[in-house]
Amino acid sequence: MASFKPTKIQVYPKLGEKVTQDTLYWKNYKAPVQIKEFGAVTSIDFSPVTPHNFAVTAFTRIHIYGPFSQEPVKSFTRFKDTAYCGRFRSDGQLLVAGCEDSVVRLFDVSGKVALRLFKGHTKAVHLTDFTSDRYQILTGSDDYTCRLWDIPNATELTTYTEHTDYIRCGVTSKLNRDLFITGSYDHTVKLFDARVEKSVITMDHGQPVESVLLYPSEGLLVSAGGRHVKVWDLLKGGQPLVSLKNHHKTVTSLALSSNGQRLLSASLDRHVKVYNTTNYKVVHNFDYAASILSLGLAPDDASIVVGMTNSILSIKHRKNQEDSKEIAGQQRRRPSYRVFVKGKNYVPKQDDYLVSKPVKEHLAKYDKQLQRFNVSKALDTALGTYIRFRKPEITVAVIKELDRRGTLKNALAGRDERGLSQLLNFIIGNLVDARFTPVLVTAAEMILDIYQSVIGQSPVVDRQLLRLQDLVKREIEFQKDLLEVLGMLDTMFASSLPRKEVPCSGHFEKERCKF
Amino acid sequence: MVEHGDIRVVHCGGSKINFRDPVITHDSRFLLCASGEAVKVFSTSTEECIHELRGHTGLVTGVLLRPSNHLQVYSSSLDGTLRLWDFTDGILIKTCVIGYPIYSFYASDKHENVIFIVASMPSDKRAERFQLVAVHLPQSGDQMVEAQELSAVLSGVNPNPAAIAFGRGGEFIASVNDLQLEVYFFKKQKSYRFFLKEDNKKGGWNTFTCVACHPKDDCIATGHEDGKIRLWRNFNHKKEYTYSTLHWHHSTVSSLCFTPEGTNLLSGGVESVLVQWRYNQESERDFLPRLGGAITHITVSPDGSLFCTSHSDNKITIIQSCVKVSAVIQGLVKGDSIRTDLMMDPRSKALVLNGKPGHLQFYSLQRDKLLYNLDIVQQEYIHESGLQQFEVVKAAFDASGSWLATVEERHQKAAELELNLKLWAFDEQTQSFVLNTTISAPHDAQITAMCFCQPTDSQTTLLVSTSKDGHFKAWQLAAPAHTEGTDDEGPSWLCDFVSAYHGLVPECCSFSADGSLLAVVFQEVVTVWSPSTWELLTTLSQPPGAVSDLCFGRLSCSKYLLGTTASNLLCWNLLTCSLEWTTSMDVRRLVADPLSENMAAFCYQSGSTDLFVFKPSEPRPLFSHKAVCSGKVTQAVFAPREEMLESCEESSQWLNRSQLYFLTQQMDLMTFTTKAEEDRLLASSKQLVIDDSVAMTPFYLLLGKHRQQQQEHQDSDSSLWAERTALPQTSASMKELLQTPAHVLPSTSYLCSMFVQSLLISVSDAREEKAHAEEEMESEKEEEDSEEEMESSRSKPELAAAAATESDTPALTKAQARELRRVRKLDHSWLAGLLDS
Repeated sequence: MASFKPTKIQVYPKLGEKVTQDTLYWKNYKAPVQIKEFGAVTSIDFSPVTPHNFAVTAFTRIHIYGPFSQEPVKSFTRFKDTAYCGRFRSDGQLLVAGCEDSVVRLFDVSGKVALRLFKGHTKAVHLTDFTSDRYQILTGSDDYTCRLWDIPNATELTTYTEHTDYIRCGVTSKLNRDLFITGSYDHTVKLFDARVEKSVITMDHGQPVESVLLYPSEGLLVSAGGRHVKVWDLLKGGQPLVSLKNHHKTVTSLALSSNGQRLLSASLDRHVKVYNTTNYKVVHNFDYAASILSLGLAPDDASIVVGMTNSILSIKHRKNQEDSKEIAGQQRRRPSYRVFVKGKNYVPKQDDYLVSKPVKEHLAKYDKQLQRFNVSKALDTALGTYIRFRKPEITVAVIKELDRRGTLKNALAGRDERGLSQLLNFIIGNLVDARFTPVLVTAAEMILDIYQSVIGQSPVVDRQLLRLQDLVKREIEFQKDLLEVLGMLDTMFASSLPRKEVPCSGHFEKERCKF
Repeated sequence: MVEHGDIRVVHCGGSKINFRDPVITHDSRFLLCASGEAVKVFSTSTEECIHELRGHTGLVTGVLLRPSNHLQVYSSSLDGTLRLWDFTDGILIKTCVIGYPIYSFYASDKHENVIFIVASMPSDKRAERFQLVAVHLPQSGDQMVEAQELSAVLSGVNPNPAAIAFGRGGEFIASVNDLQLEVYFFKKQKSYRFFLKEDNKKGGWNTFTCVACHPKDDCIATGHEDGKIRLWRNFNHKKEYTYSTLHWHHSTVSSLCFTPEGTNLLSGGVESVLVQWRYNQESERDFLPRLGGAITHITVSPDGSLFCTSHSDNKITIIQSCVKVSAVIQGLVKGDSIRTDLMMDPRSKALVLNGKPGHLQFYSLQRDKLLYNLDIVQQEYIHESGLQQFEVVKAAFDASGSWLATVEERHQKAAELELNLKLWAFDEQTQSFVLNTTISAPHDAQITAMCFCQPTDSQTTLLVSTSKDGHFKAWQLAAPAHTEGTDDEGPSWLCDFVSAYHGLVPECCSFSADGSLLAVVFQEVVTVWSPSTWELLTTLSQPPGAVSDLCFGRLSCSKYLLGTTASNLLCWNLLTCSLEWTTSMDVRRLVADPLSENMAAFCYQSGSTDLFVFKPSEPRPLFSHKAVCSGKVTQAVFAPREEMLESCEESSQWLNRSQLYFLTQQMDLMTFTTKAEEDRLLASSKQLVIDDSVAMTPFYLLLGKHRQQQQEHQDSDSSLWAERTALPQTSASMKELLQTPAHVLPSTSYLCSMFVQSLLISVSDAREEKAHAEEEMESEKEEEDSEEEMESSRSKPELAAAAATESDTPALTKAQARELRRVRKLDHSWLAGLLDS
């Protein structure tokens, strides 16, 4: 004797984005902390030393935030005009920033007044950085020049005037004190060696360069400008490796996750995209409320800081691993569960004689009704509120099963106004779902057949029938439109594909020759 | 084209075991059922077939225990004979020739030596008129008797065996036919008839289908087509009869049966539910649902401990009376139509085909036994006629047998076609197929063909399906792209490639043996694709006509591609992309032997099917067989043999590596055998006969061996003893005497002389006799030669023999020896005289 085979519930593929290891990782952040700054946030830089404070450059101020504070732990306000590019030195003691008034200021992180002023540029300075020997400063300016300064004497060491447009970004090598890279609005990225007079490598990005980034190994360089993010191999003399075009507005900022496995790019299109650095595919995407100007990633990816044009600074902190686990564990261990598993997890010893009890098969309620051939009741059970709204696939599966048994008509018939309107509601709600359409169309036809004679007696049902009619009409229109589009696409594909001759059977050819 | 006498077409696979109701013996150990032209004896505990009672030459139509001797059983057949068997030993005791085909027969305790048979009498004008005839069995000791005394009891009866039953120990007999119940009382020699109305709204609803009589009470239960059961009482009056109605079944009641004590009534029908009604408390019912196919017969063992139901899917279920299934005897399920092709499971070497609805059956050809049914549809089967069910229409195995692909479809008139493609992985642990992927609606229309990429060494498995929607799709096993939260997700099948060719409908597809080419037929055009790049390599064409079957050559013929059209068999050479040869024949099925270059083509010609076996490279067929069977053959398969045959005859060489099986239009499974093979099988079957009635189970083998050893030990002991006492060795007649059951032996007086004779004539005696005869001749010669000394004429062995017999006197003089010989000669004549007397 075979046991009753329960109704098979079709498993439909989950719609929407797939859950991957990356999405799990990047979604594991708390709700963002939002801080209002005084103007557009143009730069975010994390201190290389613990506790990894970060400097936020916005309008005429630079604020320094601690890892957990929502108030700035320090602020530098002595700027005459908009400040740019506040950067920490590698020991976290000094901070340098450019300014719209062409003066570069050097601060002690614990002090308040600028230690040094570097004057020499003629226009706004958007790029400042320390070299790896910690005694020099690199600056780049809108006057097309980039300069190296000596910190102790506050004197200019070298000036490079190779760029032909604003210099808006740059980075110094962490490994070699003489190497630095600048990106300019003249579409080029140049690698300079302080020991020689001119640039060593020039790479053409194709668009005004907004941001450059060096890999920790400094073999690879990433540049962002326009909608493109490009990766260059410096060891091969600036050979382009990959060009990514995943944003639909200018990419403004780049960051690298702490282990170097993921690259993040922020853009004016309000998205931050996460790339896998082995295959350069987008693995995750963050949405923000406004265009993003700057992006910072704390060491160990502990927090993501984003500065936007609407002068809002958004900080996302990583969730604590232990917290989430404990919550899940607590949910499982309820007292009723302990009663439920009592004795069931007992492992029989070697000499024990095991009396096995026949396992009682659990059947869902609708299956129990189906087993007894109570078709109407089975449908009623499947139309219960929870199932109807949360798991429509179960309701549809039961309708399908009834149809297969040839008893769907019996199950649908003999319903009062309430029952019928409930049924119609379900059909209206799910009819256009492509997964359910074939089943529900049959059911809808049957309902119309059965209740044809009583149409017009209940205003509720009539209204629903009209809605159903409307729905079907609209759906047919959509389908027509879609078919038209499909036809257009087909012609386009057909014309774009190269025609290829298929070698024909020789025999056939010969035959044709004969004629 | 030569006809080969030594290759025969034979039936294969067990015949129906659900044709007539089975019989359970008094001790409930055996179950006997009619199966084709034999009666099969099954063990009720182990489900094994112990032996077959063979002898009938027509379909066996009934099996009945002999009322007066419960170790014997009667069987009737359409060949017009009744046979009496001893079923424990499988011996035919008596044959009674009736002369008319017997459709069913009955017996009862009360009527000794009378058997009631249902036969169609030729005296009747209409051929369909059946009569119940009482046959008095002649009392004679002969093996073969002819029944003379026939007397008609009832006429116009139903040939269905369920339509007649004996009541209350044989006092009356009840017969139903159409809308009439007839009860005949033997004592009064009078019959009563009761009629039912036809239930005028829908004709034929009240029609009787079966009848059963209470063993103790005057009560007749009848089953009807509308699912009602009527209990008739007081039927020995024409007018005052009463009946009560029981209704549970929703369609025809096909079988009714009372338990021997009369406490319960069992009923069954299409619903496949065994219903047990309490007699006189009919509101109390027990159910045993989901037994399988529709119930066709119900029987109860004489002691009431076992029930047994036959099902329409060629199955017998044995049920303990506590309503628990204890054993299932399953034969090869013969559906109405085999939609899937015949296939071989590469792992179990079992034949795979449609079985029960929604199942695939795995049938072991070597053991002639159904291995198991694989549930493909996995839905509750609703037993209702006229309901469109899911059917398995296509199935395919990959080369290693680790993947099985099945297609099931359900086509309702109004609704869309429902189509599911399922892929099953073989699970080593459970040794069965486990569902891996279900693809609902893989195509928009019916799938016409499906095949796996064959090479065993390749890493990826590829499945190609072609459909009437004009596309063919390639499916590939792909590792899960993402971990979907649940970690048990294994690899699943995804669509890899879709293609079409000028909107034509693809009919069939085939992979080359090495998997490097895929050929898809689009009506008249054969397209050849490369599965690795999915490039259309070439198209082949032929004289007009849609190609219906496609096959790549194998091994040395792998450069050939064969196809069939309605009128031609075509062979392309793939190196030149041209037609190599073509012959005009209507090939219905083309199969390739997986182990050789051979191909078999079944051609339909004027009502019957011919078989040609050929190599694509050779124009002359290896073997041809005209009129293999009547009707068309659309399904055939080559089954690899377990061990190769060593036939060197040219005509039967193609059967050496594998065997060809095919299904006829009547859904009979047939195969080809050679004479040598048949002989071998016969010999092995004789060896396999188990002397004990215990079925061959592993347990038996374990214990039986031990017992055998003991026996052998005893045997050797006894033989030692026999040698010591110089008793004559056991002769054949002695063996026969000791091993045949006493009740089947001839009279003692006849046996005695035989026994004594066997005791006297021993092997050594015979040798001596021979020696004597020679010596006699010699002595005569010597006498003729008159005292001539001819020592040299005596051969040495004789001397040695003489020396052996008279070892105590090694040195004998010539005279003495002659004397002795003379004495012996005298002695011998006396002994011979004694023997003759």
